[in-house]
Amino acid sequence: MKNFRQLVFPLIAVVAAFIVGGLFILLVGDNPFKVYGLMIGSALSWPDGIGYTLFYATPLIFTGLAVAVAFRCGLLNIGAEGQLYIAAFATAWVSIIFGGVVVDVFGKPVGYSVASLPAIVLVPLAMLTAILAGAAWGAIPGFLKAKFGSHEVINTIMLNFIAIALVSYFTQYHYKVQGDPLLETAPIGTAAHIPRLGSFIPGLPERIPLNIAFLLALVACLVIYIFLWRTKWGYEIRATGANPSAAEYGGISTRKQIILAMAVSGGLAGMVGINEVLGYRHRYYDGFSDNYGFTGIAVALLGRNHPFGVLLAALLFAVLQRGGIPVDAFTENVSKDIVQVLQAIIILFVAAEAIFYGPFGRFGLLKRSKV
Amino acid sequence: MSEIINISLIFSTIRLATPLLLAALGGLFSERAGIINIALEGLMLSGAFTAAAVTYYTGSPWVGLLAGVGAGMLVAAIHGVACIRFKADQVVSGTAINILMLGLPAFIGGALFASTGSTPTVPKEQLIPWTPIVLGFLVFVPLVWYVLYRTPFGLRLRAVGENPEAADAAGISVKRIRYTAVLLSGALAGIGGAYLSIGQSSLFTRNMTSGRGFIALAALIFGKWRPIQTMLACLLFGFTEALAIQLQGVKISGEEIPNQFIQMVPYLLTIIVLAGFIGQSRAPRALGIPYEKER
Repeated sequence: MKNFRQLVFPLIAVVAAFIVGGLFILLVGDNPFKVYGLMIGSALSWPDGIGYTLFYATPLIFTGLAVAVAFRCGLLNIGAEGQLYIAAFATAWVSIIFGGVVVDVFGKPVGYSVASLPAIVLVPLAMLTAILAGAAWGAIPGFLKAKFGSHEVINTIMLNFIAIALVSYFTQYHYKVQGDPLLETAPIGTAAHIPRLGSFIPGLPERIPLNIAFLLALVACLVIYIFLWRTKWGYEIRATGANPSAAEYGGISTRKQIILAMAVSGGLAGMVGINEVLGYRHRYYDGFSDNYGFTGIAVALLGRNHPFGVLLAALLFAVLQRGGIPVDAFTENVSKDIVQVLQAIIILFVAAEAIFYGPFGRFGLLKRSKV
Repeated sequence: MSEIINISLIFSTIRLATPLLLAALGGLFSERAGIINIALEGLMLSGAFTAAAVTYYTGSPWVGLLAGVGAGMLVAAIHGVACIRFKADQVVSGTAINILMLGLPAFIGGALFASTGSTPTVPKEQLIPWTPIVLGFLVFVPLVWYVLYRTPFGLRLRAVGENPEAADAAGISVKRIRYTAVLLSGALAGIGGAYLSIGQSSLFTRNMTSGRGFIALAALIFGKWRPIQTMLACLLFGFTEALAIQLQGVKISGEEIPNQFIQMVPYLLTIIVLAGFIGQSRAPRALGIPYEKER
């Protein structure tokens, strides 16, 4: 019965959100079935729809896993946004300084680089940087909570703004290319580029930015599953989340677990940098994140903080995101902002799932749990 | 130095602190009653959009302001119902409201004005003169202080936020007080948002609060959940914002001060105060805990 509930409430929440979203669409004078049909059709077309949907899903899997791991330890990580910004910048930084000669828009060399490492060294180094930088930034609120007891929600919100300002400063004042009108760093060395999946999947054009990072995201789901349910550390994290005083009584240092969980969480959020910098834009671009960190909260929640649930939820959100693109052009009054509205309503319904206990309980389908 | 610190800096500090203060005082009601309100950002956005749109249609900024307050309360009501009636996680519900208010104004704006980026510009003579609102600032703080510490409602509100079981045993309806507090926070944040769109500016643009709701939240914590201290925190954060604007492109002994470092100040200060380095900042005891009535 428990597993049934785990599955059925997220599904009900999604359906309910689509119904409420449909009412909004009706209200502005369009046909919800037409709009939803357009969205799903566009997101699932081959190769562009599916290629881009999986590309959009990649960062959401990472941030969803990040939030889920912290949640298993009883922590709410609102800071994935800041963690992924720090990590993406750090990844770009390493790939620039060890990436060989950088030239400016006039073809003149800029002295940012100190060495030129081969791909076999540079790619793992850059990936490790993404994980470690995110982990370090994530560990800060963990440390503050463990040491001073200050609440991680507030600290992660504050650290988001600090992170964004910090990387924007380094981009603007230190790693910009002269003459570049955009707020972005110099390009990373080509040795740090990771291949797009189009280069070895037949029928998938290489212009679609879906890359190796997506496969890493799938591996991350598996690794986090094993970490949480098959290792001592994972067990201690879950024990801390389930009942901190019992865990402490059982000899687990909950403070250490809090820092560890936040570091793992930050490291996962940081892996967004691999997709963005090494796989897609090949530089750090200021403000690149489309609320990935916050959507990650929704993804984790909808996926019941389970790695495989996170994967499914990230795919759903990516379908919405990709599906929103043609909505602007092919409907009269509906804009692609319907996607954010739908996402928000899904979160509200998942968070307030008690709303569904009444109607279903009446038909004897689901019993309200006695907590 | 005198070219930086001058009378216009003081005025712009007060002007920039006003929306922060309105939202922070709103957050104060909600949080002192035990409901976490990270939705301030979304509440401000709903007020800002509705005020601009209604002013555009009616030509009256006061009707617009009223509509902004109404919108803030309506959105706050969603947060309230989710958190109080259905015991949703308050941080998650707040996050959902913030995401909703990034999308919904653009969605409605797209249908009404064929522009998802912004509302049409409201003519200058239809803007709210900012003086009354800024003066209201001076009235609001003592008023909130009085309500909180000198009225039965204020006493009940604080009781509900600290010890709902005891409040309940004393015959206070925890639910009713919490709903009232959340609605008040929506109203105040709504005014704060309206002030941004039809006071300081002349139209609503997407995400125009750009984090002010979170700065207001930071000010509330920095001000230790008390009205006077919260006002001082808002003034301090308004000052850093004003200074950041003033210092843009200014060189001090040949060096430009990067804007980003000034922007960080409110957030850094909040982390420091929360860690207990500048006195203890203690949240209301029942903050974030849904109340389950004993049967």
